[in-house]
Amino acid sequence: MVVMAEGLAASAGASRSPTWLRIEDALRRHPAAVLGAFMLLLLFVMALLAPLLGTIDPQAISPVRRLRQPSELYWFGTDMLGRDVYSRVIYGARVSLTVGLSVAVLATVLGLSIGIITGYVRWLDGIVMRVMDGLMSIPGVLLAIALIALTKASLENVIIAITITEVPRVVRLVRSLVLTLREQPYIDAAIAAGTRTPRILMRHILPNTVAPLLVQGTYVCASAMLTEAILSFLGAGTPPNIPSWGNIMAEARSLFQIANYLIFFPGAFLSLAVLSVNLLGDGLRDALDPRLARSM
Amino acid sequence: MLGYIVRRLFATIPVIAVAAFLVFLLLYLTPGDPAAVIAGDIATVDDIERIRHKLGLDQPMLPRFWSWASAVLHGDLGISIFTNLPVTQLIGQRVEPTLSLALCTLFLAVLLAVPMGVISAWKAGSAIDRLVMLFSVAGFSIPVFVLAYLLIYLFAIELDWLPVQGYTPLREGLWPWLRHLILPSIALGTIYIALIARITRATMLDVLAQDYVRTAHAKGLAPTAVLMRHALKNAAVPIVTIIGIGVALLISGVVVTESVFAIPGIGRLTVDAIIRRDYPIIQGVILIFSAVYVLVNLIVDLSYRFFDPRIQY
Repeated sequence: MVVMAEGLAASAGASRSPTWLRIEDALRRHPAAVLGAFMLLLLFVMALLAPLLGTIDPQAISPVRRLRQPSELYWFGTDMLGRDVYSRVIYGARVSLTVGLSVAVLATVLGLSIGIITGYVRWLDGIVMRVMDGLMSIPGVLLAIALIALTKASLENVIIAITITEVPRVVRLVRSLVLTLREQPYIDAAIAAGTRTPRILMRHILPNTVAPLLVQGTYVCASAMLTEAILSFLGAGTPPNIPSWGNIMAEARSLFQIANYLIFFPGAFLSLAVLSVNLLGDGLRDALDPRLARSM
Repeated sequence: MLGYIVRRLFATIPVIAVAAFLVFLLLYLTPGDPAAVIAGDIATVDDIERIRHKLGLDQPMLPRFWSWASAVLHGDLGISIFTNLPVTQLIGQRVEPTLSLALCTLFLAVLLAVPMGVISAWKAGSAIDRLVMLFSVAGFSIPVFVLAYLLIYLFAIELDWLPVQGYTPLREGLWPWLRHLILPSIALGTIYIALIARITRATMLDVLAQDYVRTAHAKGLAPTAVLMRHALKNAAVPIVTIIGIGVALLISGVVVTESVFAIPGIGRLTVDAIIRRDYPIIQGVILIFSAVYVLVNLIVDLSYRFFDPRIQY
C-alpha cells in the first residue's frame, strides 16, 4: 500500500516541473502557508457567492433601522444610514480581492517587461532606473493620494494609482535577476550558438524569473489590499457608492465611540485577508528559495 | 570622509529632482482636466479658469517647470488653493506634532525591535522565537488604522489609561506631550517593528553561524558579550539599512495615524487637502517627505562606517 502510494506520488511528480514539486513539498512542510491558501480560497468563495450568503442589497438605506448593534437579525449591526453591515462586509471582499489581484498581476507584468528590457538593453538602464529611484523615493500612499486627487474617483483609477507605486520594486527585482542571469555560462553558450536576443530573453531569462516574481506578486497583492483600504479610509480611494472595507471604516470614523463594530468587523476581515496572502507568500518564498528560507 | 559626504549629497540631487519632476508631471499626465477635477462639481467656468491659472496649467509645461523648480529651490512651494496661504507656512506650522510622532515611533521601534530580533535569533526555534515571528507576520497584516482603533478601544475607552485623541505641544510639559503620543506611536510603529525584528533575526542568524562567533564562545566569553559585541555589531549594517528603508512605511503611516488620533500634523494637513483637492499642498507635502526619506537614507549610508570600519569611502 505504502509502496503503491509512493509509486503514484513519483509518477505524479514526474509529470510536473521541479518548481511545482518544490511548492508541493514546501506546502506540506509549512502548515501556515496551507492555512493562508485555505483562508484565501474561503474569501474568494465568499466574494463570488456574496448574493447567496444571506445578504441583502448592501446599498439599501433604511433610516429607521440605523446604528443597530449586532444582533441575530443584523449579524454585524447596521450603519448610520441603516445599511446592513454584514452584507456590506461580504460584498466588500469583492473590492479588496479585485484590487489585490489586479494590482499584483498588472505590477508584475509591467515590472517584468520594464525590468527585462532595462536589464538587457544597457543604454536604457540608466534612464529607467533613475525614474524608478525617483518613484521609489516617494512614499507609496502619498503618490497614490496625489494621483487620485487629480483624477475622478473610480475603482480603475485606484488600481492604476496603486500599480504605479508598486511597479518600481518589481522592476528592481527583475533587473537584478536579469543582471545575474546574463552572466551565466548557458547564456554565453546560447549567444555563441547564434540565438537571437528576443529568443534568449523568452527561453532562458524569462523562465528563471517566474519563481521570485510569484513570491513578489503575493507581497504586492497584500500591500495593494492595505493601500486600497488606507486610501478609502482617507477619502482618496474607492468611490463611496461601492461598499469596500476601507469605505465602511471611513464612514464610521466619527461614530467609533458609539458603534465600534463598524470598524472592527471590516477591519477583522481586511486583516485576515492580508494575513492569508502574507502567509501564502512566506510559504512560497520558503519553497522557492531554500537558501533564504533557512534564515527568514 | 568629508569628500564622500559631499559626493553622496550631490548624488541625492538627481533622485530628488526626478521625484519633484514626477510630482509636477502628474498634473499634465493625468487624463482629463485636472483644473476641473480640483475645482469640483459645482464650479463655474471662471473658477476652473482661476485654478488653471493658479496651477500654471495655462502655460507651456517646461517653462512652467523651471519657474516652479526655481521657486521650490528658493523655499517657495506655492500657494494653497483653498486658504490662499503659502504652502511652506502651512507645513511649517505643523512640523512639531509630526516630528514628535515620528521620533517617538522611531525610538520605540528600534528599542523594541532590535532586542526582539536578537533574542529570537539567539533562541531560534524556541517558543519566544515563534512568538516574535507570529508578531511579525501579524504586524505586516493589520492595517495601521484598525490597530489604532483597537488600541483606543482598549486603553482609552475601556481602561481609561490614556487620552482617546489629541496632541499637546512639548512646551506644555513632557508628560502631557508623551501621554498623547503613546498610543499613536504603538499603532504606527507596529509594522515598522515587525519589519526591523524580522531583518534583525535573519541577519543575526547569519552572523551567529560564523566561525568567529564559535571562537568567541570557545575562548570562554560570556554569552551576552558574544551576542552584543561580536554578533550584533557585525549585524548592524543590514539592520540600520532596513531602519532607513522602513522610514517610507513610517511616512505613509503618519498620514493615517494623525487622522485617527486627531493630531494636527502634516498628515492631517494632507488629508484635509485631499478632501478639498488642494493640489499645491499635496505636491509640497510629497516633495518634503521624499526629501526627508532620501536624506534619512543618506545618513544611514554614512553611518555604515561607524558600524563597520572596513568600509572605505
